Amino acid sequence: MLPDRLLTIGLRVAQALPVIFGVIVVSFILTRALPGDPAVYFAGAAADEASIAEVRSALGLDKSLPAQFWIYLTDLASGDLGQSISTGQSVASDLATRLPASLELTLISLVLSCSIAIPLGILAATRPGSAVDHLCRVLVTAGVSLPTFFTGVVLIYVFYYLLGIAPSPLGRLDFVYIEPDQVTGFYLIDAAIAGDWETWTGSLKQLVLPAITLALFTLAPLARMTRAAMLSALSSDYVRTARAAGLTEEKVLSTYAFRNALLPVVTTLGMVFSFTLGANVLVEKVFAWPGIGSYAVEALVVSDYAAVQGFVLAMALLFVALNLVIDLTYTMIDPRIGFQTK
Amino acid sequence: MNDTSRRSFLKGAGATALGASVLPFLKVLPASAASGDVVVAVTGQTINSLDIHRTGTNRPSYQVAVNVYDRLVSFGTKTLADGSLSYDYSVIEPEVAESWEFADDGMAIVFKLRPEGKFQDGSPITAADVKWSFDRAVSVGGFPTVQMKAGSLEKPEQFEAVDDLTFKINLLRKSKLTLPDLAVPVPMIINSKVALANATEEDPWAMEYLHKTPAGSGAFKVAAWKPGEQLVYERNDDWTSGPLPAVKRVVLREVPSPATRRALLERGDVNMSFNMPNKDAKELSDLDGITVATTPIENSIYCLCPNLAFEPFKDKRVRQAIAFAVPYDEVFQTAAYGRGAPMWGGENATPTDISWPQKFPYSTDLEKAKALLEEAGYGDGFEVPLSISQSQADWMEPTALLIQENLAKIGITATIEKVPGANWRTASLVEKRLPLHLETFGGWLNYPCYYFFWAYLEGHLFNSSNYRNEEIEALTAETLHMSVEDPDYAPKIKRMIEIVWDEVPRIALWQPALNVGTHDVSGYEYWFHRQLDVRGLKKA
Amino acid sequence: MTDSAQDLSPQTTTDGPLAHMVYVLRSNPVTLLAFAMFLVLIVAALFGPSLVAYDPLASNASRALQPPSWDHLFGTDNLGRDVFSRVIVATRLDLAISIAAVALSFVIGSVLGAIAGYWGGWLDAVLNRLFDTIMAFPLFVLAMGIVAALGNTVENIVYATAVINIPFYARLVRAEVNIRRDSGFALAAKLSGNSDLRVLALHIYPNALPPMMVQVSLNLGWAILNAAGLSFIGMGVRPPTAEWGIMVAEGANFIVSGEWWLAFFPGFALMFAVFTFNLLGDGLRDMVDPRQRT
Repeated sequence: MLPDRLLTIGLRVAQALPVIFGVIVVSFILTRALPGDPAVYFAGAAADEASIAEVRSALGLDKSLPAQFWIYLTDLASGDLGQSISTGQSVASDLATRLPASLELTLISLVLSCSIAIPLGILAATRPGSAVDHLCRVLVTAGVSLPTFFTGVVLIYVFYYLLGIAPSPLGRLDFVYIEPDQVTGFYLIDAAIAGDWETWTGSLKQLVLPAITLALFTLAPLARMTRAAMLSALSSDYVRTARAAGLTEEKVLSTYAFRNALLPVVTTLGMVFSFTLGANVLVEKVFAWPGIGSYAVEALVVSDYAAVQGFVLAMALLFVALNLVIDLTYTMIDPRIGFQTK
Repeated sequence: MNDTSRRSFLKGAGATALGASVLPFLKVLPASAASGDVVVAVTGQTINSLDIHRTGTNRPSYQVAVNVYDRLVSFGTKTLADGSLSYDYSVIEPEVAESWEFADDGMAIVFKLRPEGKFQDGSPITAADVKWSFDRAVSVGGFPTVQMKAGSLEKPEQFEAVDDLTFKINLLRKSKLTLPDLAVPVPMIINSKVALANATEEDPWAMEYLHKTPAGSGAFKVAAWKPGEQLVYERNDDWTSGPLPAVKRVVLREVPSPATRRALLERGDVNMSFNMPNKDAKELSDLDGITVATTPIENSIYCLCPNLAFEPFKDKRVRQAIAFAVPYDEVFQTAAYGRGAPMWGGENATPTDISWPQKFPYSTDLEKAKALLEEAGYGDGFEVPLSISQSQADWMEPTALLIQENLAKIGITATIEKVPGANWRTASLVEKRLPLHLETFGGWLNYPCYYFFWAYLEGHLFNSSNYRNEEIEALTAETLHMSVEDPDYAPKIKRMIEIVWDEVPRIALWQPALNVGTHDVSGYEYWFHRQLDVRGLKKA
Repeated sequence: MTDSAQDLSPQTTTDGPLAHMVYVLRSNPVTLLAFAMFLVLIVAALFGPSLVAYDPLASNASRALQPPSWDHLFGTDNLGRDVFSRVIVATRLDLAISIAAVALSFVIGSVLGAIAGYWGGWLDAVLNRLFDTIMAFPLFVLAMGIVAALGNTVENIVYATAVINIPFYARLVRAEVNIRRDSGFALAAKLSGNSDLRVLALHIYPNALPPMMVQVSLNLGWAILNAAGLSFIGMGVRPPTAEWGIMVAEGANFIVSGEWWLAFFPGFALMFAVFTFNLLGDGLRDMVDPRQRT
């Protein structure tokens, strides 16, 4: 059993390798196709031909494309993601500070989203076709129909500007707090480790509005999937049996139906997670959130090759890892599912 | 990491460890930014380096050179008509140097350094530091070298450390630009002992070290820097080059969304919003508690540039026709919300003085524009792309849309082309391949000849119109280094202005303004480099 | 879930699907509402330009930033253009972008998916890795990159949106085709002398259509949001063209200064359209997949 499992894991990882290589190639080609000449851009105001040429060779942009790609690959192999020209830091250190910010926001918003969407989905599934069902459907669909940047701006306007309830939208922490020591990079966890509850509350406050913005956007897939999965679970034989055995409705719902409906919901959650991480781009811009999404936008706008490549690679690795974890969880939960399908 | 250093703002993976100072710091500052001697400012841009000499350092980063480093000399301060403060181009003041004098033949300047001058690490400022810093600026290439060259500071051999406190610059030519060019951010004085200790064989100028760790003598130290988030300045209590600043700490937060910046200032959560959009400046200036300083940017004009490399624009009359077709007032009100100074509607075709920029002798006159087009043989009009930069769309887009509408009225079909920010410089300035576009050059050194040098000479960077005029070439070369007092100077400049008015390779739209909103803070001073100088700020 | 689609496949076409549709619509008023909303969108897209009182591109500096009034139902923007006219006229472009993008990914995805599913083997493996690669990108960022690289024109926004959607269709078709490749009706069709291509196109592929229609409907809304997001970061259609995303993006900067109508109305239109497509997609899914019904 165990060696078997290890083998399948190994196989799955091996399958991911061409994808990662593909991502590296595509991101390399994509960045080189970006308009603009980074050398000109970064030579600065008042630079002349000679200084632009100097910058170009300093950036290695005077070499042929295959040569540049080879340099990129060898650098990657030694763990060097290059230097971001727009932030002036190494891409690896930029990602290390910014990824936790994005992940923290994404995870909090997913927790929020789940805590609303799953009960809603269950509620809708227990009363299919009723007004409650339709209302749930309309509500969650409305949430996913709003562009996130618009929701974000409106929330800031109402809760910060008009009502003054929300803290100033200044990123992860208001300037009156001091960021906690970096342990995980998640402020909530780091502040808790340091026992600094003032900072903890401060960073939670900053999270509320952007998390709501993202959560609104992710309600729909989760609620719909919960509803569908619950419906099929409720119409199954074992639920009928359980009901016939006289178990309470509560017990039937929570123990029999929901447990079985959980699997597809978890899969959806995985998809939503990676999707949300990508959707962060716009929300981060609105809330001045120092995450990797806003980083990628800035880098793309100034044709900052190394930063764009580093970002894409990090996201792809995350995506591949996530899928792997989901697949494995799946097989652990439900041994009937194998890997033969692909 | 222990608790003391934790509270010093210096930790965190991305926060570059700045070992210079570990400051005791309250865990939580007073809840309101309005109290204490801390100023909180917001800006939309990222500071990407602490070293202005580095390749790739962006404009917003220049302020670190201003606040954290000193120069030999600085400019004075004057009060403008509206009560706001501005640097004074006509007064050069001591900074690290306490005095200076020109050699008898005028071909050298000798500076005496302050004997009490100290870097932030406590070591004395010596002439050797000045020489090393200047050598660096002229050697590393790129922007700093070009800027030094503008002041005829070109080779390390020009700089001489005579003794510890005497520094001499041997001049290549007599130029009025040399002394002012020493007061721009670039020739900052670096602690060469610290820098050299961190230099390597491949990196003799310690570019990597100074990029993240300043080694200056300025009024402020960098207490924390997280690119993309914030920069925190901490006062240097032992500053030797000027009076001690009134505020202890300045927190500069990066907030990309202009709407958010406005909300923050309006609600009083920050003390300062730097480089506000014109619309916000206009509307917030009426509010209680908020002061908006709107300073026209010296030696700068927003222009519409017809490119002479393209057929219709080779004809002067076509360019004039366009100059008569621009709806100047609508553009100024819609794109600039009336902030800045009009640059149209001049009365005479010849200038009466040498002030620059001054109103061009054009105003909206569609009949005249049509007649000129007819005369040039383009009565049926033509098609042309009108290019704007995506990253400056806030003013370029409304401007272009209004110009597009009026051009249509005289038969010219303009299609608006948004060029991505990364490509804008390449397309407009380096390759100079945009047929009709908007352009924004402003010169740091406030002389008309300096503007002409960059914007009207063939092949020069900001001459995106590919303009060439023999007389302008000759007159600019003659006037560039000439003293303003020279009796020949004014007539020559007037002639230059007259020519470019007539030939209009650059159609002036308006002189832009820099808007800075403050709340409970005074002492903001406008500088030509358009970056925040925090040294004079005071809490109200 | 997939085999249920067979109920709707052409082989079983009687009055079944229609009756089924009527049944679903009656039991699901929300879907009915969605169809009504869809009709409104179509009318605005087809007749929009002749319905509005103002030229959506004509500026009028003296009437800039006026709040909604009887003259200007949705107010005016910073150049004095009528927001109502712009919102209505933009319908056509926004729908065109999303429909073109979805159609493109539908066609390309179908062809690639059918090839992968029918012939399998190394072709299948290569195509699958290709789809994996696209999916491994954060999709919005990939779209951003494509538009940034190719330049921001309407066509390129369409291409970028199409590229990021191709894998969804291809996967769907591949799965449907793969299941039926060796099924009885396919083999029968083959034995009676039909070529591979014919069997694939006429007998197997149509089975994939119902679930794909659901995907199409959901994707239409998605494509509009995608285009709007691109506009927000400055990579949308070029001015002065009226487009919802760019209007919301530009208007967002005016909200704090009190000119809420600039972003609100185009934002509402955007939401209306995406909402419609999402509800339609949901409704279609209920029709296609009876198991999710009661």
